[in-house]
Amino acid sequence: MAKLKKQIRIALRNCGFINPENIDEYIARDGYMALGKVLETMSPEETIEEIKKSGLRGRGGGGFPTGLKWELTRKVDAEQKYVVCNADEGDPGAFMDRSILEGDPHSVIEAMAINAFCTGASKGLVYIRAEYPLAIERLKIALKQAREYGFLGNNIFGSNFSFDIEIRYGAGAFVCGEETALIHSMEGLRGEPGVKPPFPSEKGYQGMPTNVNNVETYANIPVIILEGADWFNKIGTEKSKGTKVFALAGKVNNVGLVEVPMGITLREVIFDIGGGIKDGKKFKAVQTGGPSGGCLTEAHLDTPIDYDNLINAGSMMGSGGMIVMDEDDCMVSMAKFYLDFTVEESCGKCAPCRIGNKRLYELLDKITEGKGTDEDLFKLRNLATVIKDTSLCGLGQTSPNPVLSTMDNFPEEYEAHVKDSKCFAGQCKALMQYIIEEDACTGCTLCVRVCPVDAISGERKMAHFINQDTCIKCGACMEKCKFGAIYIG
Amino acid sequence: MMKIDSVKDLKNLRDKLKSAENLKKATVMVKVSMSTCGIASGARETMDYFINELDNKAIDASVIKTGCMGYCYAEPTIELSKPGKEPVIFGYVDTKRAQEIIDKYIVADEELVGIIPLNFETVN
Amino acid sequence: MDKIKLTIDDTQVVVEKGTTVLDAAKSVGIDIPTLCYLKLEDTAFENTPGGCRMCVVEVDGRRNLAPSCKTPCDDGMLVKTHTPRVVNARRTVMELILSDHPFECLVCTKSGKCDLQTLAQDLGIREIHYEGEKSTYKGDESPGIVREPEKCIMCRRCETACNDVQTVGTLSALYRGFGSIVAPAFEMDLDHSNCTFCGQCVSVCPTGALIERDNTWKVIEAIMNPKKTVVVQTAPAVRAALGEEFGYDAGTLVTGKMVTALRKIGFDYVFDTDFAADLTIMEEGTELLGRLNKYLKGDKEVKLPMLTSCCPGWVNFFEYHFPDMLDIPSTAKSPQQMFGAIAKSYFAEQLNIKREDMVVVSVMPCLAKKYEAARPEFAVNGDPDVNVSITTRELAQMIKSANLNFDALKDDDFDRPLGESTGAGVIFGTTGGVIEAAVRSAYELHTGKNLEKVDFHELRGFDGIRSATIDFDGLPINIGIAHGLGNARKLLEEIQEGKSQFHAIEIMACPGGCIGGGGQPYHHGDIGILKKRQKAIYQEDAGKPIRKSHENPYIQKLYKEYLGEPCGEKSHELLHTNYFDKKKKIVIE
Ligand SMILES: Cc1cc2nc3c(=O)[nH]c(=O)nc-3n(C[C@H](O)[C@H](O)[C@H](O)COP(=O)(O)O)c2cc1C
Ligand code: SF4
Ligand code: SF4
Ligand code: SF4
Ligand code: SF4
Ligand code: SF4
Ligand code: FES
Repeated sequence: MAKLKKQIRIALRNCGFINPENIDEYIARDGYMALGKVLETMSPEETIEEIKKSGLRGRGGGGFPTGLKWELTRKVDAEQKYVVCNADEGDPGAFMDRSILEGDPHSVIEAMAINAFCTGASKGLVYIRAEYPLAIERLKIALKQAREYGFLGNNIFGSNFSFDIEIRYGAGAFVCGEETALIHSMEGLRGEPGVKPPFPSEKGYQGMPTNVNNVETYANIPVIILEGADWFNKIGTEKSKGTKVFALAGKVNNVGLVEVPMGITLREVIFDIGGGIKDGKKFKAVQTGGPSGGCLTEAHLDTPIDYDNLINAGSMMGSGGMIVMDEDDCMVSMAKFYLDFTVEESCGKCAPCRIGNKRLYELLDKITEGKGTDEDLFKLRNLATVIKDTSLCGLGQTSPNPVLSTMDNFPEEYEAHVKDSKCFAGQCKALMQYIIEEDACTGCTLCVRVCPVDAISGERKMAHFINQDTCIKCGACMEKCKFGAIYIG
Repeated sequence: MMKIDSVKDLKNLRDKLKSAENLKKATVMVKVSMSTCGIASGARETMDYFINELDNKAIDASVIKTGCMGYCYAEPTIELSKPGKEPVIFGYVDTKRAQEIIDKYIVADEELVGIIPLNFETVN
Repeated sequence: MDKIKLTIDDTQVVVEKGTTVLDAAKSVGIDIPTLCYLKLEDTAFENTPGGCRMCVVEVDGRRNLAPSCKTPCDDGMLVKTHTPRVVNARRTVMELILSDHPFECLVCTKSGKCDLQTLAQDLGIREIHYEGEKSTYKGDESPGIVREPEKCIMCRRCETACNDVQTVGTLSALYRGFGSIVAPAFEMDLDHSNCTFCGQCVSVCPTGALIERDNTWKVIEAIMNPKKTVVVQTAPAVRAALGEEFGYDAGTLVTGKMVTALRKIGFDYVFDTDFAADLTIMEEGTELLGRLNKYLKGDKEVKLPMLTSCCPGWVNFFEYHFPDMLDIPSTAKSPQQMFGAIAKSYFAEQLNIKREDMVVVSVMPCLAKKYEAARPEFAVNGDPDVNVSITTRELAQMIKSANLNFDALKDDDFDRPLGESTGAGVIFGTTGGVIEAAVRSAYELHTGKNLEKVDFHELRGFDGIRSATIDFDGLPINIGIAHGLGNARKLLEEIQEGKSQFHAIEIMACPGGCIGGGGQPYHHGDIGILKKRQKAIYQEDAGKPIRKSHENPYIQKLYKEYLGEPCGEKSHELLHTNYFDKKKKIVIE
């Protein structure tokens, strides 16, 4: 059993333990103690120093050092500053942030107050997608209860620090999770990113210095304050400290939310925690970082997971989606799936992302339809490289990653689609062929009778043939054949 | 509700709440994972079922909603603690399974297969 | 100011802190291509979305390419503007843009003046490697403006013009991803929106996505119809810009050649809107003096300041945005409409023809005039006072297709009576001109004294909002001037808040006034062109023998023979109008 305890729960420490709608349960587990400690015994500089020393990096995807971000916001002189919690979580298949807000909203509130104290902000905003009604409801309850105890409001803990939090609702666009787009959206403008610099820490919401952090980043803060930076930075790798929450999904036995120390290997996550691949199939690849990430292979299974290793491997940490694929998954289709998502979610502001991703998708579609050419493979790579190189925001700068990483890691699959019109995984319908094994066919004519488009011909008691041009790949013949004479080739 | 004006106040409150919680541990406690995915899998019915059934059977117990436990593949999930025993986690707890857990694990005090092993450590 | 040293393509550059790489490169003769970027000096127009990515450069130490238009210089920066990586990126992005663009250059209004076409040629694009679905949208043909959204490249210039400069807020980016487009809300037709038809979006659109509605064929049809007497009027700003279409330097006056060209094209009478401008001054000036006198006599009800009403873009603006202030502007029609009304009454009677047999064509720097000409209140029994309004650009095109070598044309003079004008009429074409013309006449009419110095330099210039006090022989008259609707909005809000101390305010919708109108030859971002046109206008004024509207002998004759007195009964019938609350009219389909 002990072997299974690969997980360490810091951000999720209270999720699944306390009643999120009862602040007392949070308090009983040292809730708001970190805020009290900071306000009574620490200066903003000391607190920032502690966060910096902890090595905490942003969990929203970019991995920017959190303490440094706070310091940058603190250093800008301004009448009004804001702290923002990014709870947009638009990565398909990710629900880490939702789970934290649903299971432990107070840890985020407490951390935002600490952040505000450090950066000099008096107002906090939680930007949350409207599709998260339960998280919103629990957050609202938590805010109310926190106000009642005086953890929000004027003169918190009897100090002269005052702070409160408002909720802002997002319409659920993926790109609105990008911090400048998020700020535009909160200002009532079109949710599209702006060019950085200026960074939000200089000029953010309403033109004021604004510190944007992710939900999970916040959830780590109270623990770091209470347990100390030195406790925290012992967990993890040299450049990535602490833990990361992943939403483990796809072809693993135990899909779910896991929180693992940085430096754990993919193998440990997928096989030890995830319980291995479903139905005893063979592991093929794992996509981390959602639509911005890349796919990693067998060769990467023993790479310790941290920000830098994942980037070096052609993927990224992203917000924490982790989708496992097995031998039945076609890598070209996988890349196409993500591109389909980006084409929909691009804000449309910059030309390479708006049009380029569409063309990428179309090229991939052509390849999965069996109509790709060698030249298309060349175009695909050039286009992907240019989109990465020229796009305005993180969405376009990373959207070709699924294409590039599958092209790098599974070149033979692309080749097979293009040169041999073959999809190894059998996922690309257009490339599938139902073939009758001559020797095994008894000529019983059962298949002829079930074929809805009369694609099968042959003399009775003689081997039959399938006309590939007519066949619609419904598979009815294969199901009916009693002799196992029909196979997919 | 009183305003907390100092860490001292907060510590007092925390200690008071902790001992109240310890008292609860003397009874059966069922925590139902009521996150979006849990509710979508039927956690609300499971929770209501526990409340009613334990009440019907006049078992001194508290049924509490909590957040995601992480075992999405096995929703609805519950954590069950009995006095003097380590808490255990059950997955796939529909009303039928709930009845079984109440009858066998809580009332009859029998061992029950299908306990999900705890696979993480937590701070605190 | 802090200085910064950097290297661009092996050239050392020293610039002030905050300078963009684009500007730094320009300062040493390196022209990085741009497409979306456009800044108009001395106006509020600043479009820097960083969206087209045409201006990318390589910056040493940076992971991806940097958009030079949005990247501030850093000390010690190493910039390369022409590496294979950069060139490939630019070409690929251009190919992408073209892959979602109709290949209609041969029949596109914008061809030859299209920034997209030019840049594609400059980059040497000969093949488009990326093909696929093209986006389609609902197009729109309003009386003034045609939208062909398939040609939109999402540069957002029109949005900036409409929102930041004009504060009208008709255009904004809609939808996401591949289907994004800049359009009125819900893709409603401009005609149903709050658009003022100022045409400033058209002025800055790099492509043919926003263009004027082409009326040239209607003109040709009228000319070819032997039953029709076709009369043309040309607005003051046209003569100061038309030459640009034929390769002349900006600011070259081509009045004489233009008149000849119009005759050769086949107009029966070539008249001047300047004549109507003089008429406008008579009416508007008299109205102003009337309001002033009432005010001086202690009438508390009188509406002051009086706002000018000669710009239809501006009229549309206050009808939509300030419907509670409809009684403040002068009721005088614009010169275009005054001309139409007089041509189809006074002049038609002189010719002894029915008004239906006369076709009045106007050549305007303006798109709002197309809309104005189509307003139902400016027609008699369905016959509009002005039948067709074309722009300076359309006239240039007509001249070209009439096989005329513009350069070889002789100078000629306008016909009489509606072609005679004063310097005061000419300066209607620039910001500050209308009010200066009004002052020249109002001064004399009010004081009964002769005005020695007719040049009011204090009213001229290019600042968005200007003010001056003119001494009317002891009576100080406070004058305000705004050009660009955003500036107009500021003044209107001051009036609403009761903060305005002005007696009269001139407002023109377009930056620079009509010289910067939406129908003028494209300035491609060079605001210096507008300033040169402005200079030309004042030059024509200075050269006129008569420079005060009320001294125009043909105007005097018109009043004597036909109208009676300014603001009299006949004038009211022909030369004044009223305004409508259009806020409620915005239709969402
Ligand atoms: C396309 C795109 C989507 C993003 N979505 C999210 C998101 O849903 N949640 C989030 O926290 N950060 C998201 N980010 C990252 C944010 O821009 C920002 O870096 C982050 O909120 C900063 O918080 P952190 O430093 O705590 O990670 C996104 C970035 C991009 C480019
Ligand atoms: S990269 Fe895509 S999402 Fe980002 S600004 Fe450009 S178009 Fe918008
Ligand atoms: S907009 Fe420009 S590129 Fe497009 S068809 Fe017209 S001239 Fe050609
Ligand atoms: S014509 Fe003027 S008001 Fe109308 S959309 Fe263009 S810029 Fe806006
Ligand atoms: S309509 Fe013209 S100006 Fe407006 S975004 Fe499109 S291309 Fe640019
Ligand atoms: S300023 Fe001149 S060109 Fe512009 S809308 Fe007004 S009348 Fe037309
Ligand atoms: S000109 Fe720089 S991004 Fe368009």
